[in-house]
Amino acid sequence: MSEPIKPLSLHVPEPGCRPGDEPDFSDFEIPKAGQTRMPEIDAEPQDMRDMAFSIIRVLNKRGEAVGPWAQYLDVDRLKQGLEHMMILRALDNRMMSAQRQGKTSFYLQSLGEEAVACASQMALQKGDMNFPTYRQAGLLIANDYPLEMMINQIYSNKEDPLKGRQLPVFYSAKEYGFFSISGNLGTQYSQAVGWAMASAISGDNKIASAWIGDGSTSESDFHAALVFASTYQAPVILNVVNNQWAISTFQGFASGNAPTFAARGHGFGIPSLLVDGNDYLAVYAVASWAAERARRGFGPCLIEHVTYRAGAHSSSDDPSAYRPAGEGAIWPLGDPIERLKNHLIALDAWSEERHEQKSAQVLDQVKQAQKASEAIGTLTSGAHASARNIFEDVYETMPPHLVKQRQEAGC
Amino acid sequence: MKRMTMIEAIRSAHDVAMEKDEKVVVFGEDVGFFGGVFRCTAGLQEKYGKSRCFDTPISELGIVGTAVGMAAYGLKPVVEIQFADYFYPAYDQIASEAARLRHRSAGQFTCPLVIRMPTGGGIFGGQTHSQSPEALFTHVAGLKTVIPSNPKDAKGLLLAAIEDPDPVIFLEPKRLYNGPFDGHHDRPVTSWKKQEESDVDEGYYTIPLGKARIVQQGSDITILAYGTMVHVAQAATKQANIDAEIIDLRTLLPLDIKTIEKSVKKTGRCVVVHEATKTSGFGAELCAIVQELCFYHLEAPIARITGWDTPYPHAQEWDYFPGPKRLAKALLNTMETK
Repeated sequence: MSEPIKPLSLHVPEPGCRPGDEPDFSDFEIPKAGQTRMPEIDAEPQDMRDMAFSIIRVLNKRGEAVGPWAQYLDVDRLKQGLEHMMILRALDNRMMSAQRQGKTSFYLQSLGEEAVACASQMALQKGDMNFPTYRQAGLLIANDYPLEMMINQIYSNKEDPLKGRQLPVFYSAKEYGFFSISGNLGTQYSQAVGWAMASAISGDNKIASAWIGDGSTSESDFHAALVFASTYQAPVILNVVNNQWAISTFQGFASGNAPTFAARGHGFGIPSLLVDGNDYLAVYAVASWAAERARRGFGPCLIEHVTYRAGAHSSSDDPSAYRPAGEGAIWPLGDPIERLKNHLIALDAWSEERHEQKSAQVLDQVKQAQKASEAIGTLTSGAHASARNIFEDVYETMPPHLVKQRQEAGC
Repeated sequence: MKRMTMIEAIRSAHDVAMEKDEKVVVFGEDVGFFGGVFRCTAGLQEKYGKSRCFDTPISELGIVGTAVGMAAYGLKPVVEIQFADYFYPAYDQIASEAARLRHRSAGQFTCPLVIRMPTGGGIFGGQTHSQSPEALFTHVAGLKTVIPSNPKDAKGLLLAAIEDPDPVIFLEPKRLYNGPFDGHHDRPVTSWKKQEESDVDEGYYTIPLGKARIVQQGSDITILAYGTMVHVAQAATKQANIDAEIIDLRTLLPLDIKTIEKSVKKTGRCVVVHEATKTSGFGAELCAIVQELCFYHLEAPIARITGWDTPYPHAQEWDYFPGPKRLAKALLNTMETK
């Protein structure tokens, strides 16, 4: 080139819209439902690279299930799925209020992305293990974990199974295939791969399901996990939940110039799929496909769930400070509960009236659990696990220096 | 009994552990086919198969992260970080994950995991192959930290670490791998073959974590040491010609406080020695414990002989390394203080 070289300038990404702007998703490419193909379960990664660029969708605008991925679920299972998502939403709603009322210190909701965890759990079997982030409470609900236990944990009350040690919503439920949640983002990803490797080393057929958000894919953990998963062909599903926002940082900071997060898998030779995260049927179908692939020994699979964080990051931030207020309302993939409801109505298996009834029933169920939990206590009322338990479980057997400190603490 | 180097003893520990328990899996960089850059895992892949002893990508984070997942599954991973200097990318997995998993899950998930790493200087390794990071582990609740000083202890302590239900950091003084080293770098290298401490039982035995060893009894002064410094302390004691009691701590956490207290109360004087940098080093913890428990028995301030608070140098290695000359001088000073 003959032009003179100009001084460089730093490129800092900006989201399309900020508060005050008219929200706009016109650049967002969405294939029609049913358009994206389904590869064979043992397809070679290099023969399915296209899957990382075209969103798998099952439910069309009329609520019909269409295309090659629309073959997995019967009506009863769908109704169950709808109920799971409704319970999660009702729980989130009640707990956000409880946090405002001072009954707990913190809360994180799944608003708008309920289908991702709820549908994925249905594709797993007993003995499999999720390595979740803090936004996969749907895994527990879809696995029939008692609501009261969740609320006991949120309230850190005397029946909190984690004895008041963990931040609210940082559940752990081994018997329900739910690994202990860490607040250090991304750490669970390589652990999930190790757990899956252990299944293979032991000659078992259990699989792991790893979870990470769009923002945390920037952590080294994500890359270490992918290289190990690929190298040892670990039976693991590597879920990336792209809900567009990492607190106030839009997904462009983590994706850089990459077209999708799914495409990150290509450099590691990991088959990578892109799925409509607000389409319960699509998430279930893709998760089932990836689970079977892993269980049959065809190795890991990366799934990017495209969704939208309709609520705040947590009870500690206000999204109106960093994104346009109406953005969630025009999110092109809609609302997961509405879409599954419309599908059931289109199948003549549901109605607006039954939905209303179900909403009331679900709300009642959550209220009952909340009431039972509050009878035990909240963060600010009733007893917690004793101070003595701070010193327990640091090691299996308490070493002398901790015994001494416990005595010093007077417990 | 067989005379073994520390490398052979560590290899033997792996071997009998893998023989005894099929849940023991061993992996790390160059650990599988080649048997480790220091040869500590040589022959294991051939004997136990590739799914129980294997090479890994160069990712300490990945090695420890996957090991945490495997431990949670129910296996017993024994992983190697090629040099202690390389563990930093894995620190989050060690300090925030392995160390806290039992506590944060209220015992639902545990992390029985051993992370081995060659530590310390004396081999002209420069700043990236010579560090002694033990204090970065002892500062973390939920970890145990072990440093052997001879082949016999190395095997017994490693087997105890593998049996332990919690994560153990196992630091191997690399200068001791092939022979004892008392800091006299200008003298001929000695071999383990001539040492009693290299008489290693070929079978399975453990040395409990948290029990120090009195290397030599003495009445004038107590030297608290571990790893390579145990040998330096012996040389310095001879050089200073004093009747010192040398304690090899063996495990830094849990620490054998009783043995330390008993000795210092007897001698009334104490010198702490380690290769690691001084400020906020493990020696500071030892000094604090000794003054808390033995203040009215002390006849002199506790002295600390350590590496300087600088990066570990290359050409100036012996100006950095706390050798017998520096230690002997400190011993004599402490003896003279009234």
